[in-house]
Amino acid sequence: MVAEKTSTKNISVTLRVWRQAGPNTTGHFVDYPAKDLNPNMSFLEMLDVVNDELERKGEDPVAFAHDCREGICGTCSLVINGKPHGPNKAIASCQTYMRSFKDGETIVVEPFRAKPFPVVKDLITDRSAFDKIQQAGGFISVRTGAPCDANAIPITKEVADLAMDAAQCIGCGACVAACKNASAMLFVSAKVSQLGLLPQGQPERDTRVLNMVATMDSLGFGNCTNQYECSAACPKTVSHDFIARLNRDYLKASFRSSFRPVSAAAGGGA
Amino acid sequence: MAQLDSKTPSGPLADKWRKYKTEIKLVNPANKRKYKIIVVGAGLAGSSASATLAELGYQVETFVFHDSPRRAHSIAAQGGINAAKNYQNDGDSVHRLFYDTLKGGDYRAREANVHRLAEVSVNIIDQCVAQGVPFAREYGGLLANRSFGGAQVSRTFYARGQTGQQLLLGAYSALSKMVGQGAVKLHVNSEMLDLVVIGGQAKGIIVRDLVTGEITRHAADAVILATGGYGNVFNLSTYARGSNATAIWRAYKRGACFANPCYTQIHPTCIPVSGDYQSKLTLMSESLRNDGRIWVPKKKEDCDKAPGDIPEDARDYYLERIYPSFGNLAPRDVASRAAKRACDDGRGVGPGKLGVYLDFADAIKRLGEPAVRERYGNLFDIYHEITNENAYKTPMRIYPAVHYTMGGLWVNYDLMSNVPGLFVLGEANFSDHGANRLGASALMQGLADGYFVVPYTIGNYLADIKPGTRPSVDAPEFQAAEKNIKDMTARLLNAKGKAPVNEFHKRLGKLMWDYCGMARTKEGLEKALVEIPKLREEFWADVNVPGSGATLNQALERAGRLADFFELGELMCRDALTREESCGGHFREEYQHPDGECKRDDEKFAHVAAWEFQGAGTTPLRNVEPLNYEFTKMSVRSYK
Ligand SMILES: Cc1cc2nc3c(=O)[nH]c(=O)nc-3n(C[C@H](O)[C@H](O)[C@H](O)COP(=O)(O)OP(=O)(O)OC[C@H]3O[C@@H](n4cnc5c(N)ncnc54)[C@H](O)[C@@H]3O)c2cc1C
Ligand code: FES
Repeated sequence: MVAEKTSTKNISVTLRVWRQAGPNTTGHFVDYPAKDLNPNMSFLEMLDVVNDELERKGEDPVAFAHDCREGICGTCSLVINGKPHGPNKAIASCQTYMRSFKDGETIVVEPFRAKPFPVVKDLITDRSAFDKIQQAGGFISVRTGAPCDANAIPITKEVADLAMDAAQCIGCGACVAACKNASAMLFVSAKVSQLGLLPQGQPERDTRVLNMVATMDSLGFGNCTNQYECSAACPKTVSHDFIARLNRDYLKASFRSSFRPVSAAAGGGA
Repeated sequence: MAQLDSKTPSGPLADKWRKYKTEIKLVNPANKRKYKIIVVGAGLAGSSASATLAELGYQVETFVFHDSPRRAHSIAAQGGINAAKNYQNDGDSVHRLFYDTLKGGDYRAREANVHRLAEVSVNIIDQCVAQGVPFAREYGGLLANRSFGGAQVSRTFYARGQTGQQLLLGAYSALSKMVGQGAVKLHVNSEMLDLVVIGGQAKGIIVRDLVTGEITRHAADAVILATGGYGNVFNLSTYARGSNATAIWRAYKRGACFANPCYTQIHPTCIPVSGDYQSKLTLMSESLRNDGRIWVPKKKEDCDKAPGDIPEDARDYYLERIYPSFGNLAPRDVASRAAKRACDDGRGVGPGKLGVYLDFADAIKRLGEPAVRERYGNLFDIYHEITNENAYKTPMRIYPAVHYTMGGLWVNYDLMSNVPGLFVLGEANFSDHGANRLGASALMQGLADGYFVVPYTIGNYLADIKPGTRPSVDAPEFQAAEKNIKDMTARLLNAKGKAPVNEFHKRLGKLMWDYCGMARTKEGLEKALVEIPKLREEFWADVNVPGSGATLNQALERAGRLADFFELGELMCRDALTREESCGGHFREEYQHPDGECKRDDEKFAHVAAWEFQGAGTTPLRNVEPLNYEFTKMSVRSYK
């Protein structure tokens, strides 16, 4: 995983970038040269340099989403040479460095492509569908100020660690972009597993999984056919084992819900 | 002249908040739904406030410039959150957390606010655990703690190196629940560009939809700003690229006082700059200082050698040497200046010689690599991605970088600014950290403000507002504010000059870093006060913002934010110039002890400087709120 120091020679590349003025226009590729790049420059810094040049000429810079630039906010969302978040494993687009590319290479840059994530402009997509899934059940209902002491319920380290593995999801949507069915199962399974593993998450365990899955389906995400491209593209390496857990939880909950009064499955109270 | 009454309740320190809560006016439950509250921002402070106020029954509308509340900059916090739980039985208490925070801030914060923060810190942890925040645990199943700079107890709760992420996702889940129920109306991709003040009270905001470019007006009975810090005025910082000062700056221009703008925090452990294309600096969590040892070569001649070739006795573990009782855990300002001194002395390492080593060799020997990986694995990974170096084998190189802004809009004990109805939470206000913030206390403050303070204090304000008196968005003040924004947008788009926005930001950042950074002088600040306005004029004349205002236009977003940074940068220099002392993160070369430590002047400067806008081109007014230390003695801060 830890590579040797690479050459520090500057490189030049050609960027083949997807340009699309808006959601209802057709897009196309445009080539831009990017010259004399320090290999320690990040991919987004390279785009900054290209954009500065465009702005200098009064041309519209390439729109791309980004914020933290350290792999945690989940905003950046580029498909680089056909791969969501680029050639390297376990990182986000913003953590891709120019040392991953060869001098003279043509690099193709596109937005995440998935029906539930329509293109807003150029490389930016609308991922609000993820927020809607969260709103349907991705929470534990707890009124501010009501809880008991934090150490009142011990949780084994193993369980806490596993919950944390799931909780690491940054909500970027690379899993959806990588999946040929545009399935959001990895994303949903991460939240369902995190909360379902913890004792605090038990009371709403069934309603949570039923509501989140129903919302996911209604937003046009596809089904999981066990190719696991999702976890391969995930910048936080969230494991597809959580999908199996989601399926189990969903089955159990569906079964149990048929014995419940309807109102209990309708989500948290006011 | 603004009225700066802190409204600190009377009585013994430890009783103030309890007494306040029992004495404030309440809004009856049936009336709550008649009030609309606008919350700008959904980081820790804004999400927690939005969720809690909606739970209480208020109509809440929340605005963020991000495409989702989960993207707020709070997500990036790594190290942890403080709370006076004393789970480690190492002598911690509310009083000790209060005292450490006050002392850490170099006695430039309000006692009563800091004490309240320490009191509610314990509730925060309870709340977060109940929400499913997967904090680190011990084998016995209880919560684990680590220690952080400026403290001698272990009171920091953490979730690997991603504490901010987990806390934000907890608050985001609470907010999402209320959005799902229709109790909060969420506006994403929506940037607040102006505050609307009617009859002296905050009554609404003007917003630009960042996707469509549409400008809209929104009225409310109270406005809460929880919009984060302004460290990006320096261009290079550990902040997310989008973090900006626009909301608080435009509120300042509508009359809200800006307190202590010069108090900025430079964090000692960041990855050094690698080139002029650099867009941000990455923090290596301060928690690393628990196990990493900081050093530089004793002799300049050794600086170009590989670290492994420098023998033990040729290394200067300068923090351990100068501050034996705190060692590598000395507070941030102290550790940053010590690194700067070592590099100024010619003993820096790495390209450009602006770096010091943070070495884990001893920790790996003592604990084994797996234990170190368990504690800091993701930080070592980040370090590797950025530098292509393996910190398990060779020491990290670190250098100080801009990280946090203690200054912000002035607020009283209720967290209300001097503009009635305008509340300010989290990093956007100035309230609790004095002149220097201790590690793991910003997350604590953000959640304290949002979950446990403003839900009470805002009721005290609204109880005096007649329900149903919210103004119409057709009021002339709304029209004028909208026009103001449209004019500014047009001016930026019409400049059609030759240089991109980023170029000006880099130049401003360099001026700020050189003259208003880690060490400041009268001469330098005076120079900056000449240079910044010049650069600002050049910006307005020569910037090129392509495209139109009626679509998604990232260059326009950046230009508007930078326009505010120019003005704020100038105010920071003015504040730094007039504060003729050194305290916490504000270090004036002229005011130091012989050993290079800060020399405070409590006679003249034991006060908050709250700047009041007097119109463009006029020097702002410097108002003063005296800080009275009733319960603690203002001592000289020593970490030796
Ligand atoms: C790298 C890093 C690590 C850190 N680690 C720690 C740590 O370990 N412990 C600790 O205690 N602190 C840490 N901090 C500090 C801490 O993270 C922040 O101070 C804190 O999270 C700020 O929270 P906030 O809610 O005030 O603002 P933010 O999280 O910055 O949120 C601001 C919100 O306001 C919105 N907004 C801003 N302007 C506008 C506008 N004009 N219109 C509409 N919306 C707007 C944004 O969309 C966002 O939702 C760290 C900071 C950094 C940079
Ligand atoms: S920009 Fe935040 S994850 Fe890439």
